[in-house]
Amino acid sequence: MAKLKLPTPTEALDRVRDTEVWRSIFRPGSIFRRGYRDTSRDRALATMNNVLYHLHPVKMKRHGLKLTYTFCLGGLSFFLFILLTITGIYLMFFYRPAAELGSAAAYTDMQNIRTSVFFGDLVRNLHRWGAHLMVFTVTLHMARVFYTGSYKPPREFNWVVGVLLLFLTLGLSFTGYLLPWDQLAVWAVTVGTSLAGYSPLIAKQANFLLLGGVIVGPDTLLRWYVLHVLALPFVLVIFLSVHFWRIRKDGGISGPL
Amino acid sequence: MARDDTALDQETFDRVLAEELGKGTDRRVAEGRARAAALRAARAKSGEGPAATPAPAPAAGDGGAPEPAAAPAAAAAPATVAAPAVVGATAPAAAAPASVAAGTLTAPERQAPAPTGNVPEPKKGAPEKHRLLALVPPEGIQRVEREQGDRINVWPHLLIEEFVAMMIVLAALTIFATFVNAPLRELANPNLTPNPSKAPWYFLGLQELLRYFHPMVAGVLFAPTLVLLALAVAPYVDRNPSTKPGDRKIAITLFTMLLMFGAVLTIIGSFFRGTGYNWVWPWAQGVFFEL
Repeated sequence: MAKLKLPTPTEALDRVRDTEVWRSIFRPGSIFRRGYRDTSRDRALATMNNVLYHLHPVKMKRHGLKLTYTFCLGGLSFFLFILLTITGIYLMFFYRPAAELGSAAAYTDMQNIRTSVFFGDLVRNLHRWGAHLMVFTVTLHMARVFYTGSYKPPREFNWVVGVLLLFLTLGLSFTGYLLPWDQLAVWAVTVGTSLAGYSPLIAKQANFLLLGGVIVGPDTLLRWYVLHVLALPFVLVIFLSVHFWRIRKDGGISGPL
Repeated sequence: MARDDTALDQETFDRVLAEELGKGTDRRVAEGRARAAALRAARAKSGEGPAATPAPAPAAGDGGAPEPAAAPAAAAAPATVAAPAVVGATAPAAAAPASVAAGTLTAPERQAPAPTGNVPEPKKGAPEKHRLLALVPPEGIQRVEREQGDRINVWPHLLIEEFVAMMIVLAALTIFATFVNAPLRELANPNLTPNPSKAPWYFLGLQELLRYFHPMVAGVLFAPTLVLLALAVAPYVDRNPSTKPGDRKIAITLFTMLLMFGAVLTIIGSFFRGTGYNWVWPWAQGVFFEL
């Protein structure tokens, strides 16, 4: 009588890794694929054959690893952008950008996020603090790039793209500031946009375009919500792609000093 | 893969490595040369292995194992060839004889017969395979344009570093977000202006500037437009090619001044302005600042 022999966990894992489905998902060089060896070849393939890692080159200058050269600021800004996207999508499920007089759905939704939404408070806190941190890291990243002279040829244009990305980051943070629709939000935005009201020729038009009216009102909220969750992230991702692509094309990390 | 599996002749490897290191060759290059020599020696010893040796020689058509002694001679050749060519370049009149001399020098070094253009017959019983083979002169392999030792694999070195940095920031941010709540004040009221009313912190420098300048100057002309434009054109204005801090005193000074200017204004606007946007000392009258 044949005795049924159960495979050990290792054997079972190996069998799963040998299936066609597994091998079709993980391309050669993936560390999840069977037969990965710590050789130069497989290390190169690990970078090349992964959709996220292939933003990076296979090899880089050794000094680029030095923490005191980059402080990881660019990478952390990107990470914060991803984190803000994820937490932002979660918050979007529970938020309506409506602020009609007497029934400001935006504000009551904010209160619900804090009190009754599953992990709503934590996610909102992460989103808010992460946004402030991102403005900070992007600014510091710019300072780092300046002090290492990394904006010099052939990287001039990437610096210009970076300045644009800083501007977009501020725009994203500022448009998000209005969404809670509390006293802090509305009056900070009122003060902030009044600065644009001082532009010499197109003062009124600029302000009207920004606010969708003459004061911060329900139309402003809808307008800034669309800018915050759709328009500005869309533009930012485009320029972010250009930014990353140019790093590679311009010869990778700059330096050493 | 084949490289790791093929047997090497250890004696030859050690001997050539010692020779090359003695000559002061870079270790990486020396190891490569020693490995190549050991591989050739191992093949010469075992005769011609049937499948494991897709060496350049069979492709050339004669099927014999290459002699180990040929490699150093070929490697030495470019040096002797290069000398007359350089002379030719500096003295145009002597160019023709020099190139002739170079030609006569290289001709005897050539190991492979001239290409016939005929496709070699596949071996009997060999599986049908499409093979791409190329003849690469030994000196062509060793010529390195930049320092190889300075480059490392992104996986795992950089990716692990990035991952650790991400996890640290995520952990710190999560802990902070767990214990510190983001502010949510009472419902917006257009008829009730809070005192003081301040812009978000990154615009407070601008708001502070409005205390000192005419709004037209500080509001739109000065800060956003001028600073952003100045930053954007900086690489086209700064024509100094050096990245050494010692050579860039002016650029670094100007940028640091801009940063400090912005930081000081922002800190004043954030912590030193209270009710009515008047000056306060944060340790005496308290902090009027919300994120």
